[in-house]
Amino acid sequence: MSGSSSKKDAPNSKRPFNSGAMDRFLAAAHKKLSSEAERIDQLFYSYAITPPWVIQPQGIDTLCSDLGIHHTDVRILMLAWKMQAEKQGYFTLDEWRRALTALRADTIIKLKAALPELEREVRRSSNRANFYSYAFKYNLTEEKQKFIDTETVCALLNLVLRSEFLPQVDALIHYLKIQTDYRVINMDQWMGFYRFCNEINFPELDNYDSDQAWPLIVDDFVDWIRSHRG
Amino acid sequence: MTKSKKLRKNNVENNVEAMEQGWAIMEEGIAKLKNILEELESQFSSEEYMRLYTTMFNLAGRNNIDDDYICQQLYNNYKESVQAYIMSTVNPSLRDKHDEFMLRELVRRWSDHKVMVKWLSRFLSYLDRYFVVRKKVESVKDLGFSCFRDMAYGEVKHKAKDAVIALINKEREGGQIDRALLKNVLDVFVEMGKGEIEFYTDDFEDAMLKDTAHYYSRKASQWIFQDSCPDYMLKVEECLKTEKNRVSHYLHSSSETKLLEQVENELLVVYANQLLEKETGCRALLRDDKVDELSRMYRLFHNIPKGLEEVAKIFKEHVHSEGLMAIQMIEDATCNKTEKAGGARGEHALMTTFIELHNKYSAYTTGCFCNNAVLHKALKQAFESFCNQVVCGTSNADHLASYCDYILKKGGSEKISDEAIDESMDKIVKLLAYISDKDLFAEFSRKKLSRRLLFDRNVNDDHERLFLTKLKQQCGGQFTSKMEGMVTDLALAKENQNQFHEYLINNNAAIPGMDLTVNVLTTGFWPTYKTCDLRLPAEMVKCVQVFKEHYEAKTKHRKLTWIYSLGTCSINGKFDSKTIELVVGTYQGAVLLLFNDAQRLSYSDIKTQLNFEDDDLMRVLHSLSCSKYKILKKDPDSKFVSPNDYFEFNSKFTDKMRRIRIPLPVVDDRKKVIQDVDNDRRYSIDAALVRIMKGRKILGHQQLILECVEMLSNMFKPDVKVIKKRIEDLLARDYLERDAENPNLYKYVA
Repeated sequence: MSGSSSKKDAPNSKRPFNSGAMDRFLAAAHKKLSSEAERIDQLFYSYAITPPWVIQPQGIDTLCSDLGIHHTDVRILMLAWKMQAEKQGYFTLDEWRRALTALRADTIIKLKAALPELEREVRRSSNRANFYSYAFKYNLTEEKQKFIDTETVCALLNLVLRSEFLPQVDALIHYLKIQTDYRVINMDQWMGFYRFCNEINFPELDNYDSDQAWPLIVDDFVDWIRSHRG
Repeated sequence: MTKSKKLRKNNVENNVEAMEQGWAIMEEGIAKLKNILEELESQFSSEEYMRLYTTMFNLAGRNNIDDDYICQQLYNNYKESVQAYIMSTVNPSLRDKHDEFMLRELVRRWSDHKVMVKWLSRFLSYLDRYFVVRKKVESVKDLGFSCFRDMAYGEVKHKAKDAVIALINKEREGGQIDRALLKNVLDVFVEMGKGEIEFYTDDFEDAMLKDTAHYYSRKASQWIFQDSCPDYMLKVEECLKTEKNRVSHYLHSSSETKLLEQVENELLVVYANQLLEKETGCRALLRDDKVDELSRMYRLFHNIPKGLEEVAKIFKEHVHSEGLMAIQMIEDATCNKTEKAGGARGEHALMTTFIELHNKYSAYTTGCFCNNAVLHKALKQAFESFCNQVVCGTSNADHLASYCDYILKKGGSEKISDEAIDESMDKIVKLLAYISDKDLFAEFSRKKLSRRLLFDRNVNDDHERLFLTKLKQQCGGQFTSKMEGMVTDLALAKENQNQFHEYLINNNAAIPGMDLTVNVLTTGFWPTYKTCDLRLPAEMVKCVQVFKEHYEAKTKHRKLTWIYSLGTCSINGKFDSKTIELVVGTYQGAVLLLFNDAQRLSYSDIKTQLNFEDDDLMRVLHSLSCSKYKILKKDPDSKFVSPNDYFEFNSKFTDKMRRIRIPLPVVDDRKKVIQDVDNDRRYSIDAALVRIMKGRKILGHQQLILECVEMLSNMFKPDVKVIKKRIEDLLARDYLERDAENPNLYKYVA
């Protein structure tokens, strides 16, 4: 919910300094914070313009153009992550509040300004794996869906890993496009890709051990690279 | 001076005097002893002995335990005398002699010394009893020995050792030596230890072993180049025998193992590989079946550390290449000809060759190689390496199953004796142990068993059961349970047939219209057969109907599925010249019966009327119109059946026999069998994985794979990639999950 209000109140009501100023300050801060929460909500409703009062795909498009980013930009995905948005293409009020409160952004300008910081936060090692797996889950649009088709996966890899692991992503996408054994990718394989990029020296692949529990698709990928190295 | 002091002073003075007197007598005795030893005088007389003994005894009796003056003096004097004796007599005599003479002198001097000490210790026995114990010093005897050891032996031991070693080498080179002397000399070394062997080992044995090593090292370096492997080995055996002999004659028994070890080390260990790799070496011996030499090789290499590893490796390579050669030969001879008959003979040639190879090399492992485990393992690995190759386009599991089929068929028609069958079966089961695709073998065998049981007239029940028993012993009950079920089914079938006959007799309304035999098979046991919705001719329909009523009355809750493709029928063909009984399959019979009502039928007519599939119909029509017996005339008269053909009853047909069989060729469903087995394997792997994880709850990736392979090893060798795929599948289906911290660890999801 909107920011905390009660500061450390002394147990006895006798305050050594000017309590009145303190109270006024607290009230003003509270009012500011309340306003911030209100403004966040207001901002929400500027994009959620029809029942059922969630931001829908068109709303997100508008949001993106207001933020000056393309709707396929990774930052909108990062925003969704910050919101822990459950359904792709939709933001609920709670989700909206969660992200924007954490980002301290109650106007579109502030939100836009918060994006670089958000990016840095996502790229922090403690969050990276979480964000990566979220990206997959976010794309499971049907209920009980467990895999994503390879083409979408390629696009997703590009979006999420390209900036950090360009050569691996390029090679992987190339491989996924030309191979025919796997039409869909599941979460385990998806996470396998992530582990691969993080742990294996590329392009040497000298520390790759196929006797380990890598998903078969990664084994096949490595075989393919090795055979094409000539 | 007090009275007691004076008394004491007197006593002391008396003691000194008594001591001097007593010892003088002793010295006389010692001098006499020396003379006795030099054989200048004869033995002590009893009086002399008594005198000496009593003098010592009395002296010792005067000893006051407070100062032990007398005993101490006696002890010291004794020691000095012995030492003097050694210095004056023993050592000089040893010093001026050499080699053998010196050794003889040493033996003699030691023996003399022992005598002297024995006598003296008798005289001084009082000292041993009390003084020695009290003062905790060496006994009189031990003191005497110590003097010899330190002064005489100590001086001469190096010379003695060198002399002995020189003599040993002389003997090695073929010279004659005095073995008894050496034994005596070495006994001296041993006795120096008074029960411990350390003087012998330190002063003699160590040097002797080193020298032996040098000796044999020199010899080996010559022999290894001059001699062939068999000759070299003979020499080694000879040397070992001689050295062992040497130990029994004069070396101490404790030297045996160490000595032989040195010899083996220099002759075998150092040159092991060179020896084996010689042109006349291990490979050649195997090639030329030199059983004796191989036995010798085993005996020699068995004793040296890791000796058999290299031999086993060569043996394995040899057997492996023999196996490959056999395969190559057979492939060249038979598979390149396209004749099916030739191919069949070729299959049996392959199996019989394998069996022969196995007999031969098993004999080696039990015979020359004395059933040694390392060699057994080499044999097993060698066979596994070539038994799993694909030969003539199909796996050995298939070949082996064909061979079994062949044996059992032969046994059924009594072309070979019961013992021969038993023997062949044992061999087959042994070979099966080397084939990794045992489940494939089981499946092929099952198919062939089915054909034998259903179509062979000469099935021998006992043989079939015997074979299954042997398989069960080797591979477990799961392996043979289905086949056993099949055999039982057939045995029961006879009984069922009787029941059916009774039913027919008792039930007037039930008239099949012809002789009918029905075999009811239990679905799970038998291979699956393609059913087709054949529209039976009217005559047959009635039969089926009657049996169905009988069966449904007999049992409830069972469903009958009719497999006409497995049936046979006898039809009388009323040809122009004569009537011939045709024994054909049910499919063929159905087609023929159509011609009772029609003179000429087109392919599509037949197809529609009987509701056949194209591939089945083509086969059937081909067998009746284009093969050996042309029961039907085909228009056009081409070699193969086409959907545009017309067929007529060939009334002109005849044959010298009155009864002919027209078999329907068996469809080659090998590919399907392999496919089915592959599918089953996926389920087996899944089941194994789940079972393992359920038990272990949490397990590492490699460990899981290992245990899975292990669990399935007596049925087949699963491919690691396939296992990995199954694991992934189980992950996706939430039977397993990866551990959050360690992606190489799996957890069972309850």
